[in-house]
Amino acid sequence: MKNDRKAWLYLLPAILFLGAFMVYPLVDVLVYSFEEGYNSASQTFMGVGGYNYSYVLHDPYFLQAVKNTFILVIITVPVSTGLALLISLGLNSIKKLKELYQTVYFLPYVTNTLAVGLVFMILFKKTAYTEGMVNMLINLFGGKSVDFIDGPYWAKMFVLCFYTVWIVLPFKILILTSALASVKQDYYNAAKVDGASKWRIFTRITLPMISPMIFYLVITGFIGAFKAYSDAVALFGTNLNAAKMNTIVGYVYDMLYGDSGGYPSYASAAALILFGIVFTITVINLMISKKQVQY
Amino acid sequence: MEVTLQNLTKIFPSRNRKSKESVTAVSDFSLTIPDGKLIGLLGPSGCGKSTLLNLISGLEKPTSGRIFFGGDDVTELPPEVRGVGLVFQNYALYPHLTVLQNILFPLENLKGDKKLTKQQMLEKANEAASLVQISEYLERKPSQLSGGQQQRVAIARALVKMPKILLLDEPLSNLDARLRLQTREELRRIQRETGITTIFVTHDQEEAMSISDMIVVMKEGVLNQIGRPQDVYDEPVNLFVAKFLGTPPINVFRGRVESERLMIGNESVLEVKGVSDREVWIGVRPEGFIPCENGTLTCAQTAIEVMGRDMTVVASHPDCENANIRAIISSEMKVCESAKEARFDLKPNKTFIFEAGSGERIACGPVPLA
Ligand SMILES: Nc1ncnc2c1ncn2[C@@H]1O[C@H](COP(=O)(O)OP(=O)(O)OP(=O)(O)O)[C@@H](O)[C@H]1O
Ligand SMILES: [Mg+2]
Repeated sequence: MKNDRKAWLYLLPAILFLGAFMVYPLVDVLVYSFEEGYNSASQTFMGVGGYNYSYVLHDPYFLQAVKNTFILVIITVPVSTGLALLISLGLNSIKKLKELYQTVYFLPYVTNTLAVGLVFMILFKKTAYTEGMVNMLINLFGGKSVDFIDGPYWAKMFVLCFYTVWIVLPFKILILTSALASVKQDYYNAAKVDGASKWRIFTRITLPMISPMIFYLVITGFIGAFKAYSDAVALFGTNLNAAKMNTIVGYVYDMLYGDSGGYPSYASAAALILFGIVFTITVINLMISKKQVQY
Repeated sequence: MEVTLQNLTKIFPSRNRKSKESVTAVSDFSLTIPDGKLIGLLGPSGCGKSTLLNLISGLEKPTSGRIFFGGDDVTELPPEVRGVGLVFQNYALYPHLTVLQNILFPLENLKGDKKLTKQQMLEKANEAASLVQISEYLERKPSQLSGGQQQRVAIARALVKMPKILLLDEPLSNLDARLRLQTREELRRIQRETGITTIFVTHDQEEAMSISDMIVVMKEGVLNQIGRPQDVYDEPVNLFVAKFLGTPPINVFRGRVESERLMIGNESVLEVKGVSDREVWIGVRPEGFIPCENGTLTCAQTAIEVMGRDMTVVASHPDCENANIRAIISSEMKVCESAKEARFDLKPNKTFIFEAGSGERIACGPVPLA
């Protein structure tokens, strides 16, 4: 009993802090999202109900943002995790200069975002002087130049996915190489003596052994991709709705501060819809991972 | 299947560049193991036993030398295709698989005409599991088993594919005395029935002596002696082998040969014909002492331990390497418990003489003094 009280006492500062800066705003957002016709200047509203949700769900900009976000999530999470796994396996199997390669792959992680943006400019952006490196390559193989920044939807989506994968890759490689290194050689030896082929060793030993880390990466990857915003801004500027490249978080931001801003109720409703989506997907993820990883 | 090792050498290069020291784990090792025999591999910790097994299984590549299974040179073959069964010193059970899945794993890897149906695999796995008495734990994960149970799972996993060659790296070290005895007899029975050529590493020389057709004693990567357990015990080739086999251990005395007489201190104990004068080590097995009122060797008696069938006279001698001399004698013999002094005659066939420098056995037939 006494210990209990002590524990609560120690927790008190954290609870106060979290209450003030996390729980209260969350509740506030929930309240906002049900207040219809809220006016931020006069701090008044006309009624309580689900209209904000209905408005957001019928807003073509929001639907576009949802579509963009889902495409981004569905493409970048598997691609980046798969790529990271391949690269980590490669890194794990080389003997010479291993540290050097690991450093090279980790460089983007510690590199300034602006520098990364610059790299993407060189790769994709059309300027008065150059078509961008990717276009030069396309031309070399006899294709026609594509405007990746102001051009067709799929081209812009491709660049956004490419950029996102590029940004998240180093961290995933770091996690997976250390996960692979922590699998004891003994298990591989035992499997070899048991006559397992390389492929079976990979599927039956390596993958299950590192699966907790893979699930961790997939879950955080999903959450991260759903919350994507700054990457799109870095590539396409702040008017994402016009570029048809907005994301859900971008939509929320625009509703608060953008040109169409000043609608905290719509923003709150959109934010809660996003919360619902992320929550559902994370729960599903956790349920699957519970079934899979255990030892 | 007959296993032949030909001048096998394994040198581990030094890890860091500063120390140039490389480790020679196995050195010029030649040995032929006849088909269907059980070989006990004995040696002190770090003498290269596990390395030798790894070489045979293919997990390590020899620095030089060749390995033959039957008539086939397998030196260059990877472990996957050698088809040996190996019980690792630390079990190496797959932690994410259940006991049953662990045992099934080698079966699922079989290819071509050896491929089994699911039903056949299950039957074989169950058979192997009941052989080592782990049938009740099949659904558990290795982390939910005791050390001894894990060890038995490892044995079942190695046995289940009925390998031609079975390598066991201290497979019984974690079992309690009763289970150990039982499992080693089981192992022996399985080995006899299946005729799998088996190499069995153990620290326990009694275990090795009791179940092996032949024992191999190695030291610092070098083969010292190979032979039937009793032969090695009765005729050790050097001091190391003599000391290594037998409980209680052999009693070792500093001594010398003077005009064909074997001397310990200033007592001459045996006659050795044809041996020139020199410093020697004298090894006397515990059962090599005959208590005798006017025996040739005088020791200070410290205690008598009676153990029913026989008893041990514990004594000491200034020229003895062992802190205590242990002489095992029949309990029918009359000895005085309170005596300060014990006198013995030595049995010539239980007394071995070794060169003082190299520890090599000096071949000679000692005889009692005339
Ligand atoms: N991978 C390795 N790299 C360098 N040295 C090694 C390696 N493996 C073993 N050694 C060395 O080789 C020698 C023999 O080792 P090994 O494991 O074969 O001994 P062992 O007889 O099995 O000992 P134990 O009875 O303690 O298991 C030891 O000196 C050890 O330090
Ligand atoms: Mg060992």
